[in-house]
Amino acid sequence: MSDVADRVKKIVVEHLGVEAEKVTDEASFIDDLGADSLDTVELVMAFEDEFGVEIPDDAAEKILTVKDAIAFIAANGK
Amino acid sequence: MRRVVVTGLGLVTPLGGSVEQTWERLIAGQSGAGPITRFDASDYACRIACEVKPADFDPNLRVDHKIQRQVDPFIVYGIDAAGQALEDAGLTDMSEEERLRAGTMIGSGIGGLPGIAEESIVLFERGPRRVSPHFVHGRLINLVSGQVSIKYGLMGPNHAVVTACSTGAHAIGDAARLIALDDADVMVAGGTEATICPIGIAGFAQARALSTGFNDEPTRASRPWDKARDGFVMGEGAGIVVLEEYEHAKKRGAKIYGEVVGYGLTGDAYHVTAPHPEGSGAFRSMQMALKRAGLNPADIDYVNAHGTSTPMGDELELGAVKRLFGDAIGQVSMSSTKSAIGHLLGGAGAVESIFTLLAMRDQIVPPTLNLDDPVDGAEGVDLVPWKAKERKVDAVLNNSFGFGGTNATVVFKKA
Repeated sequence: MSDVADRVKKIVVEHLGVEAEKVTDEASFIDDLGADSLDTVELVMAFEDEFGVEIPDDAAEKILTVKDAIAFIAANGK
Repeated sequence: MRRVVVTGLGLVTPLGGSVEQTWERLIAGQSGAGPITRFDASDYACRIACEVKPADFDPNLRVDHKIQRQVDPFIVYGIDAAGQALEDAGLTDMSEEERLRAGTMIGSGIGGLPGIAEESIVLFERGPRRVSPHFVHGRLINLVSGQVSIKYGLMGPNHAVVTACSTGAHAIGDAARLIALDDADVMVAGGTEATICPIGIAGFAQARALSTGFNDEPTRASRPWDKARDGFVMGEGAGIVVLEEYEHAKKRGAKIYGEVVGYGLTGDAYHVTAPHPEGSGAFRSMQMALKRAGLNPADIDYVNAHGTSTPMGDELELGAVKRLFGDAIGQVSMSSTKSAIGHLLGGAGAVESIFTLLAMRDQIVPPTLNLDDPVDGAEGVDLVPWKAKERKVDAVLNNSFGFGGTNATVVFKKA
């Protein structure tokens, strides 16, 4: 779990160009980390690549925070 | 019509990451050519180019990290050069009222070719769901104008030019018209290109446009008007100017590089890649620009030629200039700076216009490198071989011609 969390946060830092301290579990990609809707599409693609999961569009729409991403991957990842 | 002057310059070129670095090296007779480093070109007919050097250009100075990741390099070069020009003009902090009257007109010949090629491979190998959501707006030509407009809050005309290798000159001419006609007071205008990539080199080589005989001596390859020339050397980079209505510039005490006094634009109506065999389109373009400027050929001190180092183009342009100038040909200096920086395609006309403005500022004209054995017909024409030349420079003319038979000429003089 913590491994997943670290890897998710690393991807968020790289893709959104934000400081690591800002990427808390509760942080919202759009409201807190300055992402726009296109950035969130790109983030989901990066999670899929990193964890070898497929995140369908309806599930991706519900991934709004760092915690949401970690939870989805922990439940569905390999 | 209102008068239009140039008050800011920005350059990213194979000779430097700024205006002064580029100009200093250009005047010193340095070449930006070398072996292609961007990809393994060992199987290509042309293995040389004029690349922007990482040691000279730091994209982090003016372009957000996130944007760098999303867009093609031509957009990064364009944003940086536009930032340089606005900083030089002292216009990075305009009021909202001023910004409503400030716009962008930055073009490119081809746009995001490297990114289109790479993402096509992603699509074929990994499927449509792996294509980047930033693919489209990271490759579009008008997204240089768009990004600059957003970054600096410019809310006037947001436009872009696409006329192959005459893009940069057309952008300056068209943007000046918008100011002259009172549609804007300030325009950020120019061109940018970055196509030194496998499909770019292969495509131009297949069109038989690139030099292939100097792969072992890259700095000797771009040799306009020299008998041994065998094609152009691809360059990359951006040239952007800030154009401003004359009274607007005077009122705020802006530094003025020169006035845009003439603009000509014509079509060859002949062939997609070959110039008209009599150079008639080029001739009429220069004639139109001089007429608009109210100048005679004898008033022009320096011509920055299109002069790409291709077998046909150079001689036809020389012929057209000689016919237009008549007896005045003896007083003008004409050089091709593509001999040093290569051919920046959509960026060329703007970068070279900036060189003509700097020639006026410093009263020195940049050289034509590698001109050892000039073509027949060059007798009596000062093509400035090898060494920059100090001389009077009060009015200048820049030519740019592009695939599709498109021609543009811009004339500047001291304001």
